[in-house]
Amino acid sequence: MTETTYREALRQALTDSMRRDPSIVILGEEVGKYGGAYGVTKGMLEEFGEARVRDTPISEEVIVGTAVGAAMTGLRPVAELMYVDFVTLAMDQLVNQAAKIRYMFGGQIGVPMVLRSQGGTGRSGAAQHSQSLEAWMMHTPGLHLAMPSTVTDAYHLLMHALTLHDPVVFLEHKGLYTMKGELKPERALPWGKAEVRRKGGDCTLVSYSRMVHFCLDAADSLSKEGIEAEVIDLRTLHPLDMDTVSESVSRTGKAMVVTEDCLTAGVSAEISARIMEEAFDFLEEPVLRLSGEDIPIPVSPELEKGSVPSVDRIISTAKMLMRR
Amino acid sequence: MTDQQEKQQALRFFRQLVRVRIFEERVSELFVQGGTAGSMLHLSIGEEAGAVGVMGAMREGDGFTTHHRGHGIFLARGADPKKMMAEIAGKSTGYCRGKGGSMHIADRGLGHLGANAIVGGGISHVVGAGLTYQMKHHGNAAVAFFGDGAMQQGVLYESMNLSALWKLPVMFVCVNNEYGMGTRLDHASASLEFEKRAETFGLLAAEVDGIDVFEVYNQSKNLLEDVRKGNPAFLKVNSYRFHGHARMDKSPYRDQQEEEEGRKKDAIAFLRDRIVKSGWYQETECDAIVEEVKQEMDEALNHARNAADPGADEMYEDVFDPQTTKPFPVDSRIRESLHLPQA
Ligand SMILES: Cc1ncc(C[n+]2csc(CCOP(=O)(O)OP(=O)(O)O)c2C)c(N)n1
Ligand SMILES: [Mg+2]
Repeated sequence: MTETTYREALRQALTDSMRRDPSIVILGEEVGKYGGAYGVTKGMLEEFGEARVRDTPISEEVIVGTAVGAAMTGLRPVAELMYVDFVTLAMDQLVNQAAKIRYMFGGQIGVPMVLRSQGGTGRSGAAQHSQSLEAWMMHTPGLHLAMPSTVTDAYHLLMHALTLHDPVVFLEHKGLYTMKGELKPERALPWGKAEVRRKGGDCTLVSYSRMVHFCLDAADSLSKEGIEAEVIDLRTLHPLDMDTVSESVSRTGKAMVVTEDCLTAGVSAEISARIMEEAFDFLEEPVLRLSGEDIPIPVSPELEKGSVPSVDRIISTAKMLMRR
Repeated sequence: MTDQQEKQQALRFFRQLVRVRIFEERVSELFVQGGTAGSMLHLSIGEEAGAVGVMGAMREGDGFTTHHRGHGIFLARGADPKKMMAEIAGKSTGYCRGKGGSMHIADRGLGHLGANAIVGGGISHVVGAGLTYQMKHHGNAAVAFFGDGAMQQGVLYESMNLSALWKLPVMFVCVNNEYGMGTRLDHASASLEFEKRAETFGLLAAEVDGIDVFEVYNQSKNLLEDVRKGNPAFLKVNSYRFHGHARMDKSPYRDQQEEEEGRKKDAIAFLRDRIVKSGWYQETECDAIVEEVKQEMDEALNHARNAADPGADEMYEDVFDPQTTKPFPVDSRIRESLHLPQA
C-alpha cells in the first residue's frame, strides 16, 4: 500500500490530467515558482512550463474572469484562489458570469473550468482566512461543487472535475492537506454519488469535507456506548446525492447534519429540509443541524475550535438525538 | 487605397452604419409596443461608427465581448438581424433561444462571447480568450467593448495589467458616449485622459473621433496589427448618446443645447456628405440604400413579432451540460414530498 497525502493526491490529479489534456492550464497567485500557498502545485512549473502553470498578479477578479474567457474559447483552466475567503473579490465572475453563461447564451457556450480553493478552520486564520463559504456556491445554479474528504476522493473528484463541461468549484480543506491515506486509483465513484463511510443502524450522520473525519471519530466512540451511527460523506454538494441519505434515514429514522459552515441559511439547512421532504415518513425525531456558530471565526485557537463542531459535540449531540 | 477602393469601402460602411441605426429604430418600436423581453433597452444610436469601424478591422476567428449597449457591434460583426431581434424579443428563434435577450446576446460562430449586463463584466473574458489565442490560435485577437462608465471599474485595470504582462492579443475599446446613465463623465472620473491610464500599464493607446468611421477603422486596423503580435491596446472612441440611457429615459439631466450639439456628431450624415461630395454616389442612390435597409429591418421586426415563444420546459435546459445534471422543478419536489402523482 502506498501512503499519499491529500495535497499530493491533488497534485497527482492535476499532473495526470495535464499530461492527458494539453488544453489544461493552471493560473493563480503563487502557483508557479512558489508551488502554491499550500504546496499543491509544487514542482508543476518544472514539468509543464510557464505557459501552462501561470503565476498571476494579486487580482482575483481577473484570475477568475480570465479562466472564464479561456474556458469559453477552448482551454480548460484551473484557477486557484489562495483562500476561499477571497472569492468575494471574484464573486461577479463566479456567480454572474461563469455560472450563467451556458444558460444565458441558450446552451451555445459552456465554461469548462475548475476553480480550486481551500477553506475551513484549524490554523487559527481568523475571520478572513478560515471561512466555509460553500453555501454561497451551492445556492448558485450552474456550478458544480466538490468537497473531498479523503486522499482517494481528492484525486478522483479532481480528475473528474477536469472532464466536465461546466464550471466546478473545488473546495479543499486546509486542515486536510497533510492527511495521509491510501490512494486507490481504481476507487473512482461516479460524480455526484455520496459514500457511506461507516455502516450503522441507529442514526445517520450526514457530512462532507473535514467534518466527515470528526463524524467517524465520534461514531467510533458512540459505538463503544452501544450507538451505531451511519456516516455519509456527500463528496459533492452539487450534484447532491439525497438518495443515499434518504435510504439511510429510512433505516435509522434519525438524522443529524454536521457541517463546518455557519448554521443560518447554511448547507445543513438545505440538507435537513431535503431529508424532511424526502424521508418524512421515516423520521422519528427532528433532523438536527450541528454546524458552525453564526459568528466570524475568532483568532484564538480555543475560540476557533469552539466555533465549529468538534468530535465531542458530535458525540454529545448524537446522544441527545438518541435520547440518551 | 485607390479612389475606387475607397468608394467601395465607403459604401460598405455607409450601409453598415445605416443598418445599425435602423435596427435600433425598429427594435425601439418593438419595445414601445411591448414586444421586447426585458424592461430595459439600450440603443446605440450615435455610436454607430465605433461599432462599424472597429468591426471592419477585425477578422474571422477574432473574439469579442460587449457591454449592454452592444446591438450595433454585433450587427456590424455580421449578425443576422432576424435572430437578433428575435432574441431581444425573447423568442425561441433568437441567438440564445430566448434566454439571454438584449443584454446577454452571444454567438459562438461569430466569436461573440457575450454582451454583459454587469458594467465591466465582460472585460476580463477577453483576457482569457486572448490567452487561448496565444496558446492555440495564433494571430487571432480578442476585443472588449465597454462604455466610459466601465473606465471606473477596477477589473479593467486588472485586465490591462495582465494582458500587458502576458503579452496577450487583446484590445480594449471604450465607447465613450459621455454618460453613464445620467452621470456625465466628468462627474464620474477625476481624470479624462484615459489613454494615459492604458499607457501606464504598457498598452498602446489611441483616441479617435467617432464621427468618422474611416478614422475609427484606420486606428483600429493599426492597433490590431500590433495586438496580433502580442501588444495589447486601448482605443477610446468619442461619440454622443443621441437618446436616453434606456428607451424610456428622456435625459432630463441634459440640456437641450448640449443634446443638439451632441447629435451633430452623426457619423451617418458625415459619411453621406463625403460620399456625395466625392461624387461616389448621388443623394438618390444613398436613399436607395436606406430603403433597402429599412426593408431588411422590417422583415427582422416581423420575424421577431411572429416567432414562437420558447417551450415552458426549456426553462430547465442549459443550466448544465445536458449529459450531467438538470434542475428539479419546485412543483415536482412538493408533489414528491406529499406522495402525490407528478403533474
Ligand atoms: C456593476 C453594475 N453597476 C451598475 C449597473 C447599472 N448600470 C447599467 S448601465 C450603467 C451606466 C453605464 O455607463 P457606460 O459604461 O458609460 O455605458 P453606456 O450606458 O453609456 O453605454 C449603469 C450604472 C450595472 N448594470 N452593473
Ligand atoms: Mg457611457
